[in-house]
Amino acid sequence: MRRSLTAAALFVSLTNAAFAQDTQSFDRIERGRYLATLSDCAACHTTPGGAPYAGGLALQTPFGILVAPNITSDPDTGIGNMTNDEFLAVLHEGRGHDGKRLYPAMPYPAYTKLSDDDVLAMRSYFATVAPVSNRVVSNQLPFPLNIRLAMVFWNGLNFASGRYQPNPKKSAEWNRGAYIVEGAAHCGTCHTPKTLLGGDKNNVALTGATLQGWFAPDITNDPRKGIGGWSRDDLVQYLKNGTNKWTLASGPMAEAVSHSTSHMTDGDIVAIATYLKDSGAAGAGSKPEPVAASNGAMRAGAAIYKDSCAACHKDTGEGEVNLFPRLAGSALVQSDDPTTLARVVLHGTRAVSTPGAPTAPAMPGFDWRLGDAQVAAVLTYVRNAWGNAAVPVSADAVASQREALRKSP
Amino acid sequence: MARKLPAKDVVIIGLGWTGSILAYELAKSGLNVVAIERGPWRDTATDFPPAYAQDELRYAVRLDLFLRPDQQTMTFRNNASQTAMPIRSFSGFLPGNGVGGAGVHWNGQTWRFLPTDFNIRSHLEERYGKDALPADMTIQDWPVSYDELEPYYDRFEKLCGTSGKAGNLRGQKQPGGNPFEGWRSSEYPTPPLKQGLGATLFAEAARKTGHSPFPQPASNLSEAYVNPLGVKLGQCTYCGFCERFGCGNYAKSSPQTCVLPALMRFPNFSARTESEVTKINLDSTGRRATGVTYVDTSGEEWEQPADIVLMCAFSFFNVQLMLLSGIGKPYDPQTGQGVVGRNYAYQTTSSVSLILKDKILNPFIATGSHGMIIDDYNGDNFDHTGLGFFGGGYMGFGQTGARPIQTRPVPKGTPKWGAEWKKATAETYQRGLSLATHASSYSYKDCYLDLDPTYKDRFGRPLLRMTFDFHDNELKMSAFLTERLAEIAKAMDPVEMTASPRKGPYDSTIYQTTHNTGGTVMGADPSTSVLNRYCQSWDVHNIFVPGGASVFPQNHGYNPTDTVGALAYWTADAIRNRYLKNPGPLV
Repeated sequence: MRRSLTAAALFVSLTNAAFAQDTQSFDRIERGRYLATLSDCAACHTTPGGAPYAGGLALQTPFGILVAPNITSDPDTGIGNMTNDEFLAVLHEGRGHDGKRLYPAMPYPAYTKLSDDDVLAMRSYFATVAPVSNRVVSNQLPFPLNIRLAMVFWNGLNFASGRYQPNPKKSAEWNRGAYIVEGAAHCGTCHTPKTLLGGDKNNVALTGATLQGWFAPDITNDPRKGIGGWSRDDLVQYLKNGTNKWTLASGPMAEAVSHSTSHMTDGDIVAIATYLKDSGAAGAGSKPEPVAASNGAMRAGAAIYKDSCAACHKDTGEGEVNLFPRLAGSALVQSDDPTTLARVVLHGTRAVSTPGAPTAPAMPGFDWRLGDAQVAAVLTYVRNAWGNAAVPVSADAVASQREALRKSP
Repeated sequence: MARKLPAKDVVIIGLGWTGSILAYELAKSGLNVVAIERGPWRDTATDFPPAYAQDELRYAVRLDLFLRPDQQTMTFRNNASQTAMPIRSFSGFLPGNGVGGAGVHWNGQTWRFLPTDFNIRSHLEERYGKDALPADMTIQDWPVSYDELEPYYDRFEKLCGTSGKAGNLRGQKQPGGNPFEGWRSSEYPTPPLKQGLGATLFAEAARKTGHSPFPQPASNLSEAYVNPLGVKLGQCTYCGFCERFGCGNYAKSSPQTCVLPALMRFPNFSARTESEVTKINLDSTGRRATGVTYVDTSGEEWEQPADIVLMCAFSFFNVQLMLLSGIGKPYDPQTGQGVVGRNYAYQTTSSVSLILKDKILNPFIATGSHGMIIDDYNGDNFDHTGLGFFGGGYMGFGQTGARPIQTRPVPKGTPKWGAEWKKATAETYQRGLSLATHASSYSYKDCYLDLDPTYKDRFGRPLLRMTFDFHDNELKMSAFLTERLAEIAKAMDPVEMTASPRKGPYDSTIYQTTHNTGGTVMGADPSTSVLNRYCQSWDVHNIFVPGGASVFPQNHGYNPTDTVGALAYWTADAIRNRYLKNPGPLV
C-alpha cells in the first residue's frame, strides 16, 4: 500500500510538478476558500439568500443580461466535471468548458494574473462546495452579441493573457497589493474606464467609471479626484469596516466590502492600501474654479441644504464619522461624474454593515420632494461649498438619472 | 388549526426595548431566537427619515406610529360600579406598535428610581409608622434592591449613550447633578444637552428658592456616541420632534438606533413582523410553556414551539396574554386574592403654565428630554410628616418641543379662534412656557386589570378591562407638588400664571402619559406577585416577563424606561447565568 501511494505521488510529480499538492489538504482548500473571498466570486455566483455558488444572479451589463453560472461541484449543472486544465483556461483565458468563449463579465482579464497554484487552490475549494442542481442559461444577450465567437475579436483587442509579474523595485507588500488589486480582487472591472467595446482603458486604470447607475470612483492616489487625501489607514479602515472618517461604502461597493474586503486578512488589506497609495497619482491636476456663492443655483442649493441635509451632514459639511459621509473635501463629492451623487439624493442608499461597524445607516431618497433643478442646485452647492470646487450639476443630468432609476431602480 | 413551525430555543413576544435586548443577549449566547411582533418592521431611513420625520399632523395628531384600536384595544372604567366601555380612539395614553415599540416614540427621559423606591413599603412604615399608609394602598417592596440593579442601570444607559450629569458617583456628591439620586458606578456616557433660555430661567428661579436644579437625563444624545454593541448614534439637532415621532437623525436611543443593527447580524435570530401572538401554549401539567400561537396578516394561524417564552409586549398586552393563556391566578378585587392584573398603576402629572415678559424663548429648539429639573419633592426626599400623603415626583421645565399645531399658548380669556386668537398666539408663542410635575402613582386594591365580560377583540378574545381612578393620596400629593412648583414659577416673574394640579376622576381621553404599569408584578411572595425576583413566572418556569413596566409593583415619580431597560439586562443575566444551566424555578 505504502509503495503504491509513493508511486502515485511520484507519478503526479512527474506529470505536473506544479500541481504536486494534495488537492484535499485542509491548507489548500482553506487557501482556495480565502482566494475565492479575495476574488469575490460570491458577488456574482451566489444569489442573495441562495445556495452558495449555485449561480443565477443576473448581471446587467451595458450590452445586455448575463447570468452567472452555477459553480458548485454538481457534475451536471455545476463545474463538478471540469478538469484542472479547463478550470485554468476559464480563469486565465476566458475559455469555458468546451472551449467556448466567456464574456468578460467574468473578469478573466484580471484573473489571468493569478498564479496557476492559486487558481488550482480555488479549484480544490470549489470541489468541496456542496453540489446544487441548478441549470443556468448564462448567455441572455441579444443578437449579434450572443455569438460567443465574437469574443475572439474582443479578446484580440482588449485582452492580454499572462500571470502577474512582480516589480522587483517594489516591496513584497506592494507586489502583494498589486497582485490582489490587478488580479484577484479585479478592482479595475468597476473602477477602470471602459472603451466603447467594454474593454479596460489601461492607460487610465482605476481612474473611475460609471456602471449600473453608480460612479465607481477614482481610486488612484490623485489628491483631487482619487484617494490622495486619504491616509493609508483611512483606506485600510474603509476596506475592513466599510467606513472611515470620510465616507461609508454603499451600492455595489457595499457588496464588495460585505462579501470580500471585510473578510480579507489585515496583511492583505494593508498591501492593497500600500499599492493603491502608490498608484496613478498624476499630480494635483488643475482644480476648477469653484462656482461663486452668489450664483443662483448656489444660493438655492444652500437653502435646500440647510433644510434637507444639514441635520445629518452638518452646516460645515463635516458629517459624522461612521454615520453620515463627510462632504467637505470629499473627492467623490467633487468628482467630474455626478452619477452617484444624483443617485443617492434621488433614491437614497444604505451603508454596509460589517462586524467592525454594524450600524449600516442609510440616506433617505428625496426624489418625491426635490425637483431636478433643486437636486442639481443642492449638488452644485455641496460640490462648491467649504472649499470644494467642481463643475455644476445640470438639471438635465439629474432628469436623466431620475429616468434611468425609474427604468432600473 | 395552527400549522406547527420548527422549534426554537427562545420565542420573544414583541420586539421593543426588552425584546431586542433579550434577543441580543440570548442570540449572543448561541440560542436560536425568534421574535414575533404585532406591528410592522420599522427602520430609521425607510420609516422616519429626516425628509419627513418632522410631520406633526401625521405623527403627533394622527398618531401614525401608534396602535390602531381596530387592531387591539381595551375597555375602561373608573370603578367597579361602572360598566367599562371600549377605548375607540387612544388618547389618554398611546400604546406603540411595530418594531421598536414605545422605544421609537418615547421622549428619551432616562431616570433611575430612588434607592428607597425599591423598599418603599418597609421604608415608609419604618419612618412614619406601621399604620401610616392607607389601608387600601397595596404598594410593596420590590424583590430587587437598588444596589443589585445599579450595574444594570449602568448597562442600559451605556447602551443608550444617555446624556446627563451624575449627582452621586459611588457615594460622592457631584456638583451640577441630581443630589438626591442613588449612587452611580460611572458618569453618564455623554455630557448633558445644552439648555435653552426657558430651562435656564427655571434653574435660576429654582436655585433662588433653595432648590437644586440639574439637567434632565436624556437619551437624545448631546454628542455622537458608539455603544458597547459597536453601534453608532448621532448628535441631537434639537429639532423638537421626539415624543410621538421616530428620530430621523439616529440621535434618539431606540431599539433601531442602539440594538437592531447588531442584533440583525446574528444568523440565529429572526423576526416575524405583523404577526400577533394570540396565546401562550402550556403542556398538560400547565407548569411548562411549549411555545406560542400567532396569526399573520392573512389570518393564517401558526404554532411556534420554543423552550423559553419571553413576554416583551407593552404592559397591558402582557397582562391580557397571561390572562388569556391561563398563566397565574387572576386577581379578584373582592377578596384581594390572585395576582394577574393586580396593582395596575399610572403616573400623576400636573402643570403650571406661564407667560413671561419680554422674552424670546425660542421654544422650538428642544428635545424630548431637554430641560432643567429639581428632585427635591420626589419619593421620600422630603419629610411627609403631617402632609396627608406619600409619594412625590420631579418637577421643572422640560422642553420637548413647541410644534405649530399643538403648541399655542395664549393668555387667559383669549377666544378659541379668529383674529384675536391668531394675534394672541403670535404674541405669546415666544414667551409662553409650561412647567410640569411628574409624580408617583401608588397601587390600590381597587385599581386593577382583568378580562372584559362583554367586549371582544378581532380574534374573539375578551378585551382587557382597566379599572382605575386617582386616589386622595395622589390628588393631595399633586396639589402639594403643584404649589411648590408655582412658588418657583413666581420667582420667574411671570405676567400670567395658571397652576393646574391633577384633579380626579381619571379621564382616559386627556393625554397624561403612557406610563401604564403593573398587572404582572415582580415580588418576593407568590401570593402578591406574578413573577419572582428574576421576572420569572412563579407558575410556569420557562416564561419570563423581562422587565416591561407590567412588572412594576407600583409606579414611582420617574419615567419607567431606564428601569425597564435595567430589568431587561437583569433578567437576561439570570437566564444566561442561571436558568440555562438548570432550567427550573430560580427562586
